[in-house]
Amino acid sequence: MSAPTAVRPTEDELQAQFDATIAADRRIEPRDWMPEKYRAGLVRQIAQHAHSEIIGMQPEGDWLLKAPSLRRKAVLLAKVQDEAGHGMYLYSAAETLGADRADLTDKLVNGKQKYSSIFNYPTLTYADCGVIGWLVDGAAICNQVPLCRSSYGPYARAMIRVCKEESFHQRQGYELLMTMMRGTPEQRAMVQDAVDRWWWPSLMMFGPPDDDSPNSAQSMAWGVKRHSNDELRQRFVDMSVPQAQALGVTLPDPELALDETTGRYRFGQIDWTEFKQVISGNGPCNEERITRRRAARDDNAWVTEAATAYAAKHAAR
Amino acid sequence: MAHEETVYDALDHAHGGEGQWAFGTGFDDPLAGVDTTVPEGVDPADLGAYCLMLGDDALVLCQRLTEWATRAPELEEEVAIANCGLDLLGQARLLLARAGSCGVLGRSREHATDSIPDEDALAYFRDPDEFVNHHLAEADGGDFAQTMVRLLVASTARLALVAHLRGSRDPVLSAIAAKGVPELTYHRDHAARWVLRLGDGTEESHRRAQAGVDAVWPLTADLFTATDVERRLVEQGVAVDPADTRDEVRDVLTMVVERATLTVPDWPADRPSPGRAGEHTDELAPLLATLQGLAREHPAATW
Repeated sequence: MSAPTAVRPTEDELQAQFDATIAADRRIEPRDWMPEKYRAGLVRQIAQHAHSEIIGMQPEGDWLLKAPSLRRKAVLLAKVQDEAGHGMYLYSAAETLGADRADLTDKLVNGKQKYSSIFNYPTLTYADCGVIGWLVDGAAICNQVPLCRSSYGPYARAMIRVCKEESFHQRQGYELLMTMMRGTPEQRAMVQDAVDRWWWPSLMMFGPPDDDSPNSAQSMAWGVKRHSNDELRQRFVDMSVPQAQALGVTLPDPELALDETTGRYRFGQIDWTEFKQVISGNGPCNEERITRRRAARDDNAWVTEAATAYAAKHAAR
Repeated sequence: MAHEETVYDALDHAHGGEGQWAFGTGFDDPLAGVDTTVPEGVDPADLGAYCLMLGDDALVLCQRLTEWATRAPELEEEVAIANCGLDLLGQARLLLARAGSCGVLGRSREHATDSIPDEDALAYFRDPDEFVNHHLAEADGGDFAQTMVRLLVASTARLALVAHLRGSRDPVLSAIAAKGVPELTYHRDHAARWVLRLGDGTEESHRRAQAGVDAVWPLTADLFTATDVERRLVEQGVAVDPADTRDEVRDVLTMVVERATLTVPDWPADRPSPGRAGEHTDELAPLLATLQGLAREHPAATW
């Protein structure tokens, strides 16, 4: 004879609802129930992406003070600023899942979370800024455009803006290279040299081959990831070859050739040993990147403490 | 086929329109439709020299602020400092281009090839003794507190000047000033908020903020004495006499520093700015060596 009590859905029912949302290609939002593994996987992925944006400020940031024209300085400063903004959106997206920006930054500087290994290569000449825009941001776009349809709403929405800005970055990089290719012989040599150094690492940005990518299957099933690593890599190669031809540079792969039957480009073997070396911390700049990030946080910790103390004082008044 | 199949289509279809761009895809030219003829009775050499003073202050301070990129205390601050730097850089480019169009190029054209635009010839191919920025702009930034105190002082002084400059008889200076006022208002506001937080934050931040104030204050001695060029241009209604901004600048700075629970140091006696005469501290040459190195390595290159 007791009054009816609200019936709590069982774990199975919640799971069924979640599965139905995914199956219908609808979005999961922060307050929705989600499996712990989905949540943890997303935090890992979004944090890694946010870290990549922030660490990714450094290679080009090294040229901000030295940019060879005021116009290029303005373009580069705006670009590096965008990357800080991307990091902020992405950390915010991770926070909707219960993560905390300061904690994620701790994990980054303590080596517990990774960032894209591409940023562990040095920028040796100004042409590197152009090639990073063209190839690195180009690869990032191929990876990230499908994420605008990620099953997790806040991430998908953040990615729309990120991708728009990334495509702007790609265009400015390509435009710099075009200008340099029309310039002096030294400038043309700089561009070719930069392409030679960045091409293979750019292909590695899509991650290990499909048969060696442990997290991929689950991510695809959950709609967090939409295409396989190899498929995206192929797309990037197909997109980049005609752009390289238009630019007048040679891509450093003797096996690169159009497959007449498929209309796609075949390319050579990627050096996955190098990839594993860089990802495990032994790239040319891993230590430098993390050291600088840690210093920005630690050397200025007193600033954050002051802002916190000031806010507390004034809230109390 | 889903729009994402081609990257650029996907971007176009994702939200439509251009509203998602941070700055829009088009850039408004602040000088569009502005008459660029030098006003009658004004010596182009004077006008160019004046533009160079204001342009060099902006360019050199931009370079100092940019030193913080990837090293700022918070990501929000990365974005804010880049904003200030970009604004100053934009002002510098317009002012240097105006100086160039007035024929004021110094020795820069002896080194820069013809394909290099005036703004770059002036920024990259002048030697330190040809730069006419105040010492306030070139001084080493110090810690974050000193950086924000300097930004507060520089933006307060520049805003006071530029606000009056909107009424300049030179339509180009007037247009540049109109663009600069909201920018500098933001810089001043941003810096003032930090000075308040740091001054009234922790014991350490208070100590650092006071040290910043003490280090920057003496540099205000240079800000309020007009050069001969400025005096002539003031008479012609083109320039603003910096002496006329002194009270406003001091009032604003005093108010912020006192509110920040810091001590306002004695104001230094005004003196003619050595920087305006091309005399600089040892801090300018290395700053310019970094700024100019790559451009000078390739004097025939276009970027």
